[in-house]
Amino acid sequence: MDFEYSDEQRLFSETLRKFLNTGYGFDARAKIITSSAGFSEDVWAAMAEMGILGVPFDAEHGGFGGNTVDMMVVMEALGEALVVEPYLATVGLGGRFIARGGTVAQQKQILPSLIAGKTKMAFAQTEPGARYELARVSARATPSGDGWVLEGDKRAVLHGGCADLLVVSARTAGAEGDAHGISVFLVERGAPGVTVSEYRGLDNLRLADVRLSGVRVARAGLLGAEGGGWSLIEEVVDYATALVCAEAVGAIKYAHDATLDYLKTRRQFGVPIGSFQALQHRMVDILIAYEQARSIACLACVKVETADGAERRRIVSAAKIKIADAARHVSQEAVQLHGGMGMTEELKISHTFRRLTTIAQAFGDADHHLARFAAAR
Amino acid sequence: MCAPVLLRFGTDAQKQRFLPRMYHGEDFWVQGYSEPGAGSDLASLKTRAVRDGDHYVVTGQKIWTTLGHYGDWIFCLVRTDAKTEKRQDGISFLLIDMKTPGITVRPIILMDQGHEVNEVFFDEVKVPAENLVHEENKGWTVAKYLLGYERMGTGNISMCKRELARVKELARDAGLLDDPRFADRLTRVEVELMALEITNLRFLDQLRGGRPPGAEVSLLKIKGTEIQQALTELAMQTAGPLAAIFRPVTAGAPFDAFTAALAPRYCNVRKATIYAGSNEIQRNIIAKATLGL
Repeated sequence: MDFEYSDEQRLFSETLRKFLNTGYGFDARAKIITSSAGFSEDVWAAMAEMGILGVPFDAEHGGFGGNTVDMMVVMEALGEALVVEPYLATVGLGGRFIARGGTVAQQKQILPSLIAGKTKMAFAQTEPGARYELARVSARATPSGDGWVLEGDKRAVLHGGCADLLVVSARTAGAEGDAHGISVFLVERGAPGVTVSEYRGLDNLRLADVRLSGVRVARAGLLGAEGGGWSLIEEVVDYATALVCAEAVGAIKYAHDATLDYLKTRRQFGVPIGSFQALQHRMVDILIAYEQARSIACLACVKVETADGAERRRIVSAAKIKIADAARHVSQEAVQLHGGMGMTEELKISHTFRRLTTIAQAFGDADHHLARFAAAR
Repeated sequence: MCAPVLLRFGTDAQKQRFLPRMYHGEDFWVQGYSEPGAGSDLASLKTRAVRDGDHYVVTGQKIWTTLGHYGDWIFCLVRTDAKTEKRQDGISFLLIDMKTPGITVRPIILMDQGHEVNEVFFDEVKVPAENLVHEENKGWTVAKYLLGYERMGTGNISMCKRELARVKELARDAGLLDDPRFADRLTRVEVELMALEITNLRFLDQLRGGRPPGAEVSLLKIKGTEIQQALTELAMQTAGPLAAIFRPVTAGAPFDAFTAALAPRYCNVRKATIYAGSNEIQRNIIAKATLGL
């Protein structure tokens, strides 16, 4: 087995890191997260320019035709720098829906614009009380004329406020909880009947509640087969879950490096605190968690595109269990070992703590994936 | 924290001057212990107080001063002798009026975005010598006595019980009480809390019998803060995908009190295993003082 990144991946990673190190330092990021939009259009344009919005998409749409390991390189770098721009929502969720479920016409219409940084996307799925169950969709799509009319409430939609185009799950048949009968629609965020209430997330990424009230969608706005949206949703969410696992690896790496540095430089009792065995062992456990997290994220990214449904479910859930545990463990220990300084807004470690906290519960917490893994066995 | 110290070490004049005002809530007291270079290693503190006639002149910096921006008075550990062989020997315990010229309070924003703690700077602050508690250079004895009481309080049993009741309610609403994974975890925290409440009562009973809290009260601090953190984690879990919501941006966005407190509280309570002597330091204390290791 070859676990080294290819030369091309390494070069790409270095270019991206150089960009993030110079243009996305902690102070630059602080300005971005306190701005009214909560992300930077300039950074987004630069990401488009560098081609990272096109990594996973086919060359015919202007992409690089990269695989999920290529995406792992990107996500790790974004995780380390705590990038708040809507990359996961646009490329990992929205773009993936189009690439996997869209017609050629839909792909031609949307992907080049997405890759150029002109179309941002979000996935409106979660409903009140649904927790992480993808089949718990009760938003309704009722046939009307040549299309549908959508009614429903979606909550905590990642980057729903800045998205130009929303991927919305709604029922064309069946009852809440049925896998069958869910359809996936493309809805312009500015369409009549769409109301968006935006929130700042704990991790400073933006979230939004999206209310759909009498929203008209034409036939061309259906993504994939009518009533057969569940398997598309599950596949795309598994893909995004693998990506967020890779992002976590980057954030965990930062937490590891910053904490190790603190243990070596912070002096108490006349010596660096890293000379205390009690803390050395804690640091070693962080290192072990990091290595294990990297391995499981690697497995998920290598397999998520090629495995059959059952194996994919099992591997992605395995990854999310391990990543959720590692995210909690490492983020909490990193703050603890930084002492009071770790609690402050002015240190990056507290921001890394917050991103890792939300990643632990993104696309299902450890308990959710424990149950899913057991069911897939 | 300060009242038990004055009862034990204060002069009659100090008791008469400060205790009634504390009792009636007229003076708000804050703690001046930690410094940027003196956290876990508290005895390395550098804020110095130089005797000049009938007063001390205090210069230096304190940090993590909880609610320092509301403080009327601050009790401070200061260095009155920098030349002692043991660093603990040159420390004194001073009561300082926060309105005295030369004191500056600067906010520190924590990751829950709240302003709770501060830095307090002292620039040649004149403090009357009568505000010295106990003897000069014997402040470490006072400091340790106070910390015993602080640790008694940091168990926060009653707060944990309230939080537990809230988490149970949230779990019921989220349908998680039927989830054996969640229910087991919740039960383990509840059982731990039941035991800790009795442990706490055992220590209080000792205290009533006239024996001040010893090193073993550190375990109240360790277990109490761990329970607090476990409860905020469980609360986060009950909220599922909505736990990430922090603050509304759009005016009028639905935002209830529960959501408003959830993630900020999870973040905020991470401090509990750090403050009042980190849990690592508490374990050191038990290892050394109780177990003789």
